[in-house]
Amino acid sequence: MRKKLVFIISLLLVASMALSACQKDAAPAVDQPVTEDKVKVCQITDTGGIDDKSFNATAWKGILDAEGSLGIEGKYLESQETADYEKNINSFIEDECDLIITVGFLIADATTAASAAYPDAKFSIVDYAFDPALPNVVGQIFETDEAAFLAGYLAAGVTKTGKVGTFGGMQIPTVTIFMDGFVKGVAKYNEVKGTNVEVLGWDVEKQEGLFTNSFDDQQKGRELAISLMDEGADIIMPVAGPVGIGAAAAIQERGGAYFIGVDADWALTNEKYADITLTSVMKLMDATTEAVIKSVIDGTFTGGNVVGTLANEGVALAPFHNLESLVTDEMKAELEQLKADIIAGVIVLD
Amino acid sequence: MKKEEQEKNDLGKAFFRKFNKEDGDEPKEKKNFWQSISIPALAILTGLLIGAILIVLTSPRVYEAFAQGFLTGIGTAFNEVYVSYKALLTGAFGDIGKIISALQSGTPHQIRVAINPILESLVVSTPYILTGLAVALGFRAGLFNIGVEGQLFIGAACATFVGYSIKGLPGFIHMPLALLAGMAGGAFWGFIPGFLKAKTGGHEVINTIMMNYIAFRLTEWLLTGPMTRQGAGSMPVSPVIEKSAEIPQFFPSPIRFHLGFFMALAAAWLIWWLLFKTTWGLNLRTVGTNPRAAKYAGLSTVKTTIMGMSLSGALAGMAGAVQTLAINRSMAIGLSSGYGFDSIALALIGNNHPLGVVLSSLLFGSLRNGATRMMVVSRIPIDIVSVIQAIILMLVAAPGIIQAIYHLKDLKTGDNKVFLSGWGGKA
Repeated sequence: MRKKLVFIISLLLVASMALSACQKDAAPAVDQPVTEDKVKVCQITDTGGIDDKSFNATAWKGILDAEGSLGIEGKYLESQETADYEKNINSFIEDECDLIITVGFLIADATTAASAAYPDAKFSIVDYAFDPALPNVVGQIFETDEAAFLAGYLAAGVTKTGKVGTFGGMQIPTVTIFMDGFVKGVAKYNEVKGTNVEVLGWDVEKQEGLFTNSFDDQQKGRELAISLMDEGADIIMPVAGPVGIGAAAAIQERGGAYFIGVDADWALTNEKYADITLTSVMKLMDATTEAVIKSVIDGTFTGGNVVGTLANEGVALAPFHNLESLVTDEMKAELEQLKADIIAGVIVLD
Repeated sequence: MKKEEQEKNDLGKAFFRKFNKEDGDEPKEKKNFWQSISIPALAILTGLLIGAILIVLTSPRVYEAFAQGFLTGIGTAFNEVYVSYKALLTGAFGDIGKIISALQSGTPHQIRVAINPILESLVVSTPYILTGLAVALGFRAGLFNIGVEGQLFIGAACATFVGYSIKGLPGFIHMPLALLAGMAGGAFWGFIPGFLKAKTGGHEVINTIMMNYIAFRLTEWLLTGPMTRQGAGSMPVSPVIEKSAEIPQFFPSPIRFHLGFFMALAAAWLIWWLLFKTTWGLNLRTVGTNPRAAKYAGLSTVKTTIMGMSLSGALAGMAGAVQTLAINRSMAIGLSSGYGFDSIALALIGNNHPLGVVLSSLLFGSLRNGATRMMVVSRIPIDIVSVIQAIILMLVAAPGIIQAIYHLKDLKTGDNKVFLSGWGGKA
């Protein structure tokens, strides 16, 4: 009995010594500037760049938040073209990143290839879901139309001209889903109140509307905002990343109209325009990204897809901040009720 | 009478100059060999020096260190530059220590990782070589082809279409066919402004820029419409090309080195041969140097202009095709990081000579490739990296600055004037 105990203890001792020896050996072999044993999370942007005021920036915010809350080390590489995706993933594989976060459907092919070539590496892709799911990739997608629906209802209630507007950066599903939800929200308001608020810039039935065909040309955002205002719209929701800044500037110059942000809470991220920002349709990619990072640290990381909804707060309507006074208490109550109805499945968007 | 005589004189002079230069080129080049090596080398060194100052000025870690004390600050500054440039170098050419230890370990994957950097530099250089050749050929014919970017997009779209739509062909037919389709697409996109210039005098600079816009929007429409991938939910991405249409990569991941690099070198050799060893090339260069004299000598500027633009477009289309068939394997928006525009600088730095274009492309490709490692290791933002690259290119392109800084003798730059004569019309 005693012999057995001594044997087990000595075995444990030897094992732990061997393990720690291994660790010491492994450390100097990595030819990096001295880094501690932090979990390394590495993001690869699409061609929009890290400060795109859209999904790249929001995912990066999630990593920065995790640096603070979970003590990880974050890094990023910006891609300038399609050929960079694979190259950047390879660079991060070589850099021994614990989690590689790729952003956007454009990197989906490269992510698929890398997940097959490096089955031990962990990936997460923002704004894309693999079907069927890959064993070492977490896809993050968002039901943004749920929050945009609330924004549309709110806009229809606040407008004075009876016209609201929207436009997109490019006619792709992740953009038009905002516009779909927005239009349906306005329609809901018309149905409930018997009003006839009109949406300029997007037709759900025909799937036709206004697009800048650019996610970086702010001048185009400006031009579209001006023409929407000329048509009588007094609330505009641009779904075009930084192009929205041009629209916000145009609205602020002219006055008498308001702005609805997308992705992040624009009243916080673009304080300059806080006085005209009615609300924002938030797509909280930072929260989902942080959650994936947490699962890597916990060891609970498994491949699959996560869907951000109003229910799990992956999408949300931002607070009204400086324009609180424009929103009546009745409207606030109605929005709460709509939110509850969507979560409960009473209102179905599709 | 007088005017005619003058023109005759001019023509004589032009030819005389030409023949003189052809004859005198060889010995002069030899004499200038060291100078022609030392100026780019000094330019790169100076560029890196300015870049070092930029790295130090923009690094938050250096400021933190200076807050702790002057000496710590200086130390951190030097360390920051050392780490960054070491990463740039090892990222572009590989780390010798790493290669040796990988070879000793004998693990195939480790060896591949260790030798990948220099091969990746060649991969990154490949589209620059082809687009650089496209611009250089245009300049030689007296045409400023700013439409290379658009021709590249059209070439990529055509190659992709042939790559995925035709099924069941053997690789040795399918791949060349897709490549040819890309070249034909680019050639067509170059032919239009070439034709307009030759027949109507419409300036190729305006027309190629406009053709760029048409190409961008056309490919966008194709990718969301007729060429969109089934099941991708109308995302602007094409189907993946067939295996048989792929330009082969020589090694498994992570090495992406592919046959396209040798195709680019072959194209460079072919263009050199065409330009300098055939009558056609002499005609083209004559038209490029002095169109009026060429016309007087009975050369057809119409034919040369159209041919020049089409061939230039074919090279640009080939760049797009190679990128798609060898690397991306499908087409999506964000295909190019501006090859068509960077290549203008590369062609001029390479003096519009195919060999010069290859060398300047290799330099730029290595810089761009090494920069990735620099960004990973020392976290320098891509914007600073682009600024450093731009400064190096500016210094390489303006030998006068380097000569002034280092008090070098004047370099014979007579050849430089050739390409400027076409653009603007008058020599």
